[in-house]
Amino acid sequence: MSDLLSYILTAEFGYSMLRVTTPILFAAMGSIVAESSGASNIALEGNMLFAALFGAIGSGLTGSVFWGLIIAIAGGLIISALLIYFGLYLKTDIILSGIALNTLASGGSIFLMYVILHDKGSTSSIKTLVCPNINLPGIENIPVLGDILSGHNILTYFAFLSVIFVWFLLYKTKLGMHIRCVGENAEAAASVGIKIKSVKLVSLLISGVLASLGGAFLSMGYMNGFSRGMVSGRGFIGLAAAAMGQLSPVPTLIASLIFGCADAMSNIMAAMRIPDEFVKLIPYVTTVVGLIVISSWRTWRVKKKRIAALVSAN
Amino acid sequence: MINKKKLSFDTKFELMRFTVAILIAIGLSFVTILIVSHEPLLALRKLFLGPVESFRRFGNVVELAITLSFAGLAVAIMFSANQFNMGAEGAFFASAGVAAMFSLALPLPPVLAPLFAIIVGGITGAIICVIPAWIKMKWGASELVSSLMLNYVFYYLTKYFAFTKFKDPNCGFVGTFKIPEAAKLAKIVPHTRIHAGLIILVFVVIATIFFMKKTRWGYNLIQTGQNPHFAKYVGINTGIVIAYSQIVGGFVAGMGGAVEVLGMYNRFQWKELPGYGFDGIVVAIMAKNKPQYVPLAAFFLAYLRIGADKMATATDVTSEMISIIQGVIIMLVAAQAFLSHRRQKMLVKEVSKNV
Repeated sequence: MSDLLSYILTAEFGYSMLRVTTPILFAAMGSIVAESSGASNIALEGNMLFAALFGAIGSGLTGSVFWGLIIAIAGGLIISALLIYFGLYLKTDIILSGIALNTLASGGSIFLMYVILHDKGSTSSIKTLVCPNINLPGIENIPVLGDILSGHNILTYFAFLSVIFVWFLLYKTKLGMHIRCVGENAEAAASVGIKIKSVKLVSLLISGVLASLGGAFLSMGYMNGFSRGMVSGRGFIGLAAAAMGQLSPVPTLIASLIFGCADAMSNIMAAMRIPDEFVKLIPYVTTVVGLIVISSWRTWRVKKKRIAALVSAN
Repeated sequence: MINKKKLSFDTKFELMRFTVAILIAIGLSFVTILIVSHEPLLALRKLFLGPVESFRRFGNVVELAITLSFAGLAVAIMFSANQFNMGAEGAFFASAGVAAMFSLALPLPPVLAPLFAIIVGGITGAIICVIPAWIKMKWGASELVSSLMLNYVFYYLTKYFAFTKFKDPNCGFVGTFKIPEAAKLAKIVPHTRIHAGLIILVFVVIATIFFMKKTRWGYNLIQTGQNPHFAKYVGINTGIVIAYSQIVGGFVAGMGGAVEVLGMYNRFQWKELPGYGFDGIVVAIMAKNKPQYVPLAAFFLAYLRIGADKMATATDVTSEMISIIQGVIIMLVAAQAFLSHRRQKMLVKEVSKNV
């Protein structure tokens, strides 16, 4: 136990925490944008799987990280396009569509990998290019802090910048205002001339791009290459983080960091002599517990408000 | 009179729409195979005729249909309450493991052994599936997210107990000790592996139809699923309805897991989540949550699956193609606006015919 504690207090742990938070944070930001418009994007997991696969193969084939990323986003958006077509135009329940698309993506990614590379396990036969690591000038020389914050994959910095991006989009732009209006009261939004379907479409697309970047990080940063099932619930954890953060960017960032911390801790504990199965369930248990804590806190606050209102009315 | 006409028209339209959706899905697999395969004719033949090439293979379809029926029934019951509970996936895995461990830990005489193992499996499933509903009722957290997370939790927990406490060191792969013969479900059709689970399934289907249609509990469940506000207004305690629907659904999923391991395997040896929870969703959607259609839908999916397996072993097309088809089927069958312009035309024709 003291081993664990002494490890957590190192700069190395802080570094690995930010690293494993990256895909969760992207997914969580993607969930915020979609959910704010009232269209749930359950297909985040599928977005990430396809993006990871397309990025791994795309960067290998084009020999360019940049084009690899573009192909990854395009791959992730295939899932978003299907979600938009079925969820918005054919009026399939959007949650059900998301579930169906995750099923489609989990088998579909293996199917495509086999068609392209004749391998059902991983893309090891192709040389995936990894996004570069960036040293932050100035910060890298600060002791401890520099070790934690500097030298990350460029996508990790993008993930943290996406928090600012989502905040700016939702609260400082006209589009963001429309997204929130549609999410809060679609009929009222329609009555003032906002096109509900287009707003939902745009927010699902943005959500898909964010999730795809998270998927690209997994195969072009966290690992170099795609292996089957590599997203393993990170999209869902992102969904939970957004729910915990009540769709506000900064609280969601904090929730994502908590899950990232649990994930990083499971990585360390794997090195200690704790059974593998227990180590692996830590992030998931943390997610469930976190979800319960926040939801109960929210209901408690609503109750308190109601009582206060009653008291003041009397 | 008018009401009756309208109803029959709706049924007719629904049937037409369902058929078109399935045909599109099959057409999609047709096109996919033509694009990716070097031997498309062989692949197509294996996919669509592979399962009936021999009696044994057709047996495989029935075996899989038993499992998928349990999964479909479980999901149909849980989704009837309008709850997106994904717990059936974890329930299937965990109760298969628990049933195997139970029969190893407590050897019982024949008949009693499988009976108790299946009941224990069912209880395991019920507990797993009610937790997300309980969390939602008590704290308001989304059942979808919590059940997906809990699936991983129960997956790792089951793996830990099965493969440490009950691991057979003499087995060539990772698995528990052999399940005692007394606990296994007997094979009932010679030259196949079709097992007594089929008889259990028939009882469960009949019981579920009875539960949904003839009991007050089933009536309240359907009311709650269709319109929770109305249900509350007429005095149904929707919280309790949601809870027992997830318990019953979870129990069926748990039975399915137990039946699968006792009927088809010598030991518990699953390494990954089997995906039956998600297959159950396809089955339930195709059956429109109606238990009487579940075995049919399960049979259809099992046929495609076995066909895909035969195709994968004989040709260069992998069986994962079916997941794509499955996803499309779910979305098309559940699409409210799919072919809605056709509906208008059909309605006009129908009315003018009657005038």
